[in-house]
Amino acid sequence: MSLSHHHLNTNILPTLSATIPTPFPLVFSAPIVSFLSFIFSSPLSLPSSPPIFSPFPSSLPTRKKMATAFSPSKFAAQPFPLNTTSQNNPLTIPTTASPFLGSTRKLIRLSSSSNLNIRRRSGTVVAVSDVVKENKSKSTLNLLITKEEGLELYEDMVLGRAFEDMCAQMYYRGKMFGFVHLYNGQEAISTGFIKLLKQQDSVVSTYRDHVHALSKGVSARAVMSELFGKTTGCCRGQGGSMHMFSREHNVLGGFAFIGEGIPVATGAAFTSKYKREVLKEADCDHVTLAFFGDGTCNNGQFFECLNMAALWKLPIVFVVENNLWAIGMSHLRATSDPQIYKKGPAFGMPGVHVDGMDVLKVREVAKEAIGRARRGEGPTLVECETYRFRGHSLADPDELRDPAEKAHYAARDPITALKKYLIENSLASEADLKAIDKKIDEVVEEAVEFADESPVPPQSQLLENVFADPKGFGIGPDGQYRCEDPKFTEGTAQV
Amino acid sequence: MLTPFQYLLSGIYLTRYILYSRHELLLFEALQEGLEEEMERDIRVCVMGEDVGHYGGSYKVTKGLAKKFGDLRVLDTPIAENSFTGMGIGAAMTGLRPVVEGMNMGFLLLAFNQISNNCGMLHYTSGGQFTIPIVIRGPGGVGRQLGAEHSQRLESYFQSIPGIQMVACSTPYNAKGLMKAAIRSENPVILFEHVLLYNLKERIPDEDYICNLEEAEMVRPGEHVTILTYSRMRYHVMQAAKTLVNKGYDPEVIDIRSLKPFDLYTIGNSVKKTHRVLIVEECMRTGGIGASLIAAITENFNDYLDAPIMCLSSQDVPTPYAGTLEEVTVVQPAQIVTAVEQLCQ
Repeated sequence: MSLSHHHLNTNILPTLSATIPTPFPLVFSAPIVSFLSFIFSSPLSLPSSPPIFSPFPSSLPTRKKMATAFSPSKFAAQPFPLNTTSQNNPLTIPTTASPFLGSTRKLIRLSSSSNLNIRRRSGTVVAVSDVVKENKSKSTLNLLITKEEGLELYEDMVLGRAFEDMCAQMYYRGKMFGFVHLYNGQEAISTGFIKLLKQQDSVVSTYRDHVHALSKGVSARAVMSELFGKTTGCCRGQGGSMHMFSREHNVLGGFAFIGEGIPVATGAAFTSKYKREVLKEADCDHVTLAFFGDGTCNNGQFFECLNMAALWKLPIVFVVENNLWAIGMSHLRATSDPQIYKKGPAFGMPGVHVDGMDVLKVREVAKEAIGRARRGEGPTLVECETYRFRGHSLADPDELRDPAEKAHYAARDPITALKKYLIENSLASEADLKAIDKKIDEVVEEAVEFADESPVPPQSQLLENVFADPKGFGIGPDGQYRCEDPKFTEGTAQV
Repeated sequence: MLTPFQYLLSGIYLTRYILYSRHELLLFEALQEGLEEEMERDIRVCVMGEDVGHYGGSYKVTKGLAKKFGDLRVLDTPIAENSFTGMGIGAAMTGLRPVVEGMNMGFLLLAFNQISNNCGMLHYTSGGQFTIPIVIRGPGGVGRQLGAEHSQRLESYFQSIPGIQMVACSTPYNAKGLMKAAIRSENPVILFEHVLLYNLKERIPDEDYICNLEEAEMVRPGEHVTILTYSRMRYHVMQAAKTLVNKGYDPEVIDIRSLKPFDLYTIGNSVKKTHRVLIVEECMRTGGIGASLIAAITENFNDYLDAPIMCLSSQDVPTPYAGTLEEVTVVQPAQIVTAVEQLCQ
């Protein structure tokens, strides 16, 4: 089929062929291809294609992998022209006869009967570790990560998990209050994306932001103190759980209302483009990542920003953490078309769906999306299928979700999966990983100690930071600026 | 004693000063000049809004700027106020100094989420880590039969947001000065312009000047009564002042300019002098700027008042389309004259 303009926009494939990471040799044999395909099962969405792949096809091979410069002889019907590396690679849509789609044929029939109420998991999930077993003997050459990277990813995810578990403990002990939204189960997304960023890249999150801040580099102490409301917190105790900011690490928040952060992320990406084109900092390739959930994808700000980002080709990646539930509202009950990644091409950007419980898959998709943004090719919409193991917040009794669904996803715990991968590929030993677990436990405990011992904000802090220029409090009756009033610094001035 | 030659010379200099160091322009041109000068001065200043670029702005405030500075510095946005205001905020957090235009102030109601939560609060919730040096501006106020939704006064809605400053311009001089001061300020500033004042003409200085964002402007010093006003109502007050002077009154007229925070020094000095206060505003009575001003004056200067503060505001009514009804929705000079007479009994 020929490519229309829209298809060109969704075509990540040809660029990946030019950007295969160096550890990969370019010659692959078929079994390894199938192994890789199962790993990178993130199909691109094509705007006018009939639904020939499953609605939530996390185990489908990614078409971008297929267009790389190798030819898998295993597959009878080769849906893609594989021997070309040209940029204008026309994508052919695989037929249902393709062996790739074999395992999902059941779902295809289901979807064509337009039953949107199907359960997501219909046995098409292929965990990383299963596939690894399949190709163990061949896998020495073609691992996705090095040992250092593997350990880094593992450590980051364990930090996220341990930190959130400690938050829950501290909350129930009355050390932190208010709304606390924990990230358990979604660590693969934060780690998979944020560990690819540089310090100058920006991250914008929602209220479920502790782990995003941690992955970006904010210290556990600073985050824990912030949660305890102490003055040593990353926001001096003024923000709290839902407002994690860090100038140093370019974490732009932490927003309590959903959708609020997406325009801010778009603005940060705009600045990056502005720096490149107006301020003439030619090497400025800062990328912004905007994280938000499935509920946000029905909000106007989401669509408005998709439009603007695609219009101006802003260096931003929109990462949807689709955990299926917006507090108690199931995504399927709230959304007319639950396939969020499809909404990308409607605005002229690629929409990619990836298994968000698998950090390696997320990382590969993230590499491509961030690479696109850095090269100035514009935004990408990445939908990560994930799940939160705890309730929406610590105040949520979480009675609405089906225990079977919870059990299903608990079996796909991203940390366990990565652990298995590392061990089975001899990238790390049990001892290494246990050492990391222990180290993280110490880090988190130290963070709690630090937060406990930190002072609470004094009253004098009340009026600071309301205005960057405190003259904004105005001129008092005595002719002096209010901020010059000595009571102002005590926090008792009447403003 | 000056020689005839020195007299001649000083006469020439005076003439030159009067003729050449000032130039005459309309209010929207003054705004444009202020904006252009700031954009030249600091390359980080950029403009975002609907039709600000190629169209030149629906009130011509950004005319010619896109040609001069390019499409990225004068950005034509899609019609998505909430999102492009948020985009301006994100850009401000990461180093730029955007000027966001609401084509009509009323449209900024759609951006209330971003203005309140992010613009106002973000500096605080980030513990002071991020500043938002953004200017949000646009024309508001009751025009000529523009209908209810295009005749809104948002100063009353935005005034409670902590962390923002609000200023209202009323003359070409203070329009340019406030625009420049707002752009240079590190705080988020909302600059309220008025649809009917864009064609006011005035001679303004050539040299670079700014107007202090927190100060009020003494329009006409007087002794009998303090009239506090802002934006278009300043002209109704001045018109009423002419009548009042003929009737023997001596009103002191202050254009408060800074709607949030109030310049209580200028206002207080005036109250201490005249002991009577009349507030004339275009806001609605309920929860308007006048209401806050009454509270502030009562709290701080109650002992100096000889009479209760009077406040003339617009009717609490959606602005009707019919001209006759629209006229009685806003305060007219005749009402001001009556109010002063009442106050000064």
